[in-house]
Amino acid sequence: MAFEGLSSKLQSTFKKLTGKGKLSEKDVKNAMREVRLALLEADVNFKVVRELVKKISERAVGQEIMQSLTPGQQVIKIVNEELTALMGGTYSKINLAPTPPTVIMMVGLQGAGKTTTAGKLGGYFKKEGKSPLLVACDIYRPAAIRQLQVVGQQLSIPVFEMGKDDPVNIAKKAIAHAKDEDYDIVIIDTAGRLHINEELMDELKNIQNAVNPHEILLVVDAMTGQDAVNVAESFNEKLGIDGVVLTKLDGDTRGGAALSVKAVTGKPIKFAGMGEKLTDLEIFHPDRMASRILGMGDVLSLIEKAQANIDAEKAMELEKKLRSQQFTLDDFLEQLQQVKKMGPLSDIIGMIPGLNPSKLAGVDLDDRQIVRTEAIIQSMTKEERQNPNIINASRRKRIAKGSGTTIQDVNRLLKSFNEFRKMMKKMSGMEKSIRRGRFKFPF
Amino acid sequence: MDNKKNRKKGFFSRLVEGLDKARKGFTDRVDELIKYYREIDDDFFEELEEILITADVGVNTTMEIVDELREQVKEEKIGDAEKIRNLLKEKIIAILADEDDFEVKTPAVFLVVGVNGVGKTTTIGKLANLYKNQGKSVLMAAGDTFRAAAADQLKIWGERTGVQVISQMEGSDPAAVIFDAVQAARSRNVDVLLCDTAGRLHSKKNLMKELEKINRVLDREYPDAHKEVLLVLDATTGQNAVSQAKLFKETVGVTGIVLTKLDGTAKGGIIIAVKSELDVPIRFIGVGEQVDDLQAFVPEDFVDALFGDDK
Repeated sequence: MAFEGLSSKLQSTFKKLTGKGKLSEKDVKNAMREVRLALLEADVNFKVVRELVKKISERAVGQEIMQSLTPGQQVIKIVNEELTALMGGTYSKINLAPTPPTVIMMVGLQGAGKTTTAGKLGGYFKKEGKSPLLVACDIYRPAAIRQLQVVGQQLSIPVFEMGKDDPVNIAKKAIAHAKDEDYDIVIIDTAGRLHINEELMDELKNIQNAVNPHEILLVVDAMTGQDAVNVAESFNEKLGIDGVVLTKLDGDTRGGAALSVKAVTGKPIKFAGMGEKLTDLEIFHPDRMASRILGMGDVLSLIEKAQANIDAEKAMELEKKLRSQQFTLDDFLEQLQQVKKMGPLSDIIGMIPGLNPSKLAGVDLDDRQIVRTEAIIQSMTKEERQNPNIINASRRKRIAKGSGTTIQDVNRLLKSFNEFRKMMKKMSGMEKSIRRGRFKFPF
Repeated sequence: MDNKKNRKKGFFSRLVEGLDKARKGFTDRVDELIKYYREIDDDFFEELEEILITADVGVNTTMEIVDELREQVKEEKIGDAEKIRNLLKEKIIAILADEDDFEVKTPAVFLVVGVNGVGKTTTIGKLANLYKNQGKSVLMAAGDTFRAAAADQLKIWGERTGVQVISQMEGSDPAAVIFDAVQAARSRNVDVLLCDTAGRLHSKKNLMKELEKINRVLDREYPDAHKEVLLVLDATTGQNAVSQAKLFKETVGVTGIVLTKLDGTAKGGIIIAVKSELDVPIRFIGVGEQVDDLQAFVPEDFVDALFGDDK
């Protein structure tokens, strides 16, 4: 799929852009093209993409570039922030009625997963110590009532049904029944319908008017394409939805529909369906969704790491140490561990701005090398780490034995560490090298 | 439901009606565009791209089609927007068209697969009706033993169409249901056996393995039957449909596609991407909830209806 090439496309875009102080219009335009494609490939609605791109471009032009990022990455960072902001920062709860029962109505297209979600939601409330009642108002689809009954049975939640009676009547009777029997949550399952089918949309409206639900949840298939906007708009206009449940998110879809739905309705996504089992309903985390849609997890994590690791203070400290030759094997070990946290070595190298991944094709990047290096340093005494010069032949032998490596391995590490120190001394400042992306690992 | 009124109408007018809503936005915009742009410039092509993308055709396929179109327009020095529109149509028809006709030799067995909620069971009900009306003897197998009441749903379709259903208890092994159904089809000399399966996300390895097993049972137990593996795709689905088609094709060798829910506002453009990337023919389209709302897929009609040129 198109998507696989995105990282490398971004790299080439970024490559041309390294080392400038502020984001120019051209930087932004180039990066935004890739962002636009990424969002469209993720099924975010075309109009939503256009608006987003416009808004982000305006914000991005003229921004100072973080020292540790390329201009392209800086743009992506802004995109991610905007997406996260649009998706909503924190999760939204279900509105509970001050006096029970709380009435929740499930609506959506055919096959979105309303009945399953109704069951899952019932299970969720049951676990919270509430007593839910499921109501079967889908009188059209063959065996829909039976499906809800089976689901109810599996969860030990009672199901209210009146066969193929009028759905409005069923809903009304169900509420009365819930009041009599002290149920505190009533979940109404409705028939799937096309948003353009006025007759059936009117029926929903009638149910709404009759029972006045505290919460109308629109169930949306996470794999929905461009049409998600029309669906969400129609349901929201007609009924005024309170929230969205995104289903089938356990697949490999990027789920751009989430963004489209949020953008056109402004209503929060409250739950996500994450699997086949009736317990597979999760609270929706908007922040995680943003990076999934953008599909640039690797770039984003690099940006995050760059922000976390190379914050100004730490960099200064490191620089001071390097300059005064106080950089010890301990510091080196710490750096290694930071690197390891970022993922496999080949990935990290691929992420480094300015580096052309295709040129690295022949280079053998061995993650075990890091582990070995770590083991060697960890087999040294504190004193040895502070002052590697004292490591003589017998110490080498001990270190090699302790780390399960050979003396040659230990020698190699010490040699490259010394070279690294020398190299660092020569460099006038760490900052510039980071900005230009000429990071060199001493192994 | 309002669809009932339409039942007496012919195939084509119903296809057109089903596609009417889908078509509207799309053609209005193409027509608007053609009126608006006298000159064929970059903006014109960009707008064409936008139209295809909003129909869920996907960025890649759209770029390919439009780039090719652009090239041709340049080479042949076409300056007429109307002509370019027809060229675009032809290109899409060419992608969607399939060489061989869809012919079902009996005995036949259909394995119907797809992700959750695309309309597999409904499609099987409609297929049963279609082949029964052609005078064939039909049997259905309730291979979805996972979803609550899926077998019941199929049985209701059985009652509607007068076709028998082979089923077992909920939660039983679907491969065993299919095995039983094949034996039944053999002994009853059934022309067409339609096998339902549980909806499964293509990314779930264990569920795809289960499907593989069902497929193996069919191959082993019914080798003399003409086998069709139909993948049901929801027209509302976006780019993920390509991934679905890819993995289902890899697992069970999909031989045809059924595109459902074309009666909404979704344009179903994703099949263009699916066909162009995987070259699996589209066999049927679902344009409504009625039992006879399943039509053979005809690329020309589909594209005509999409562009609003059908009269």
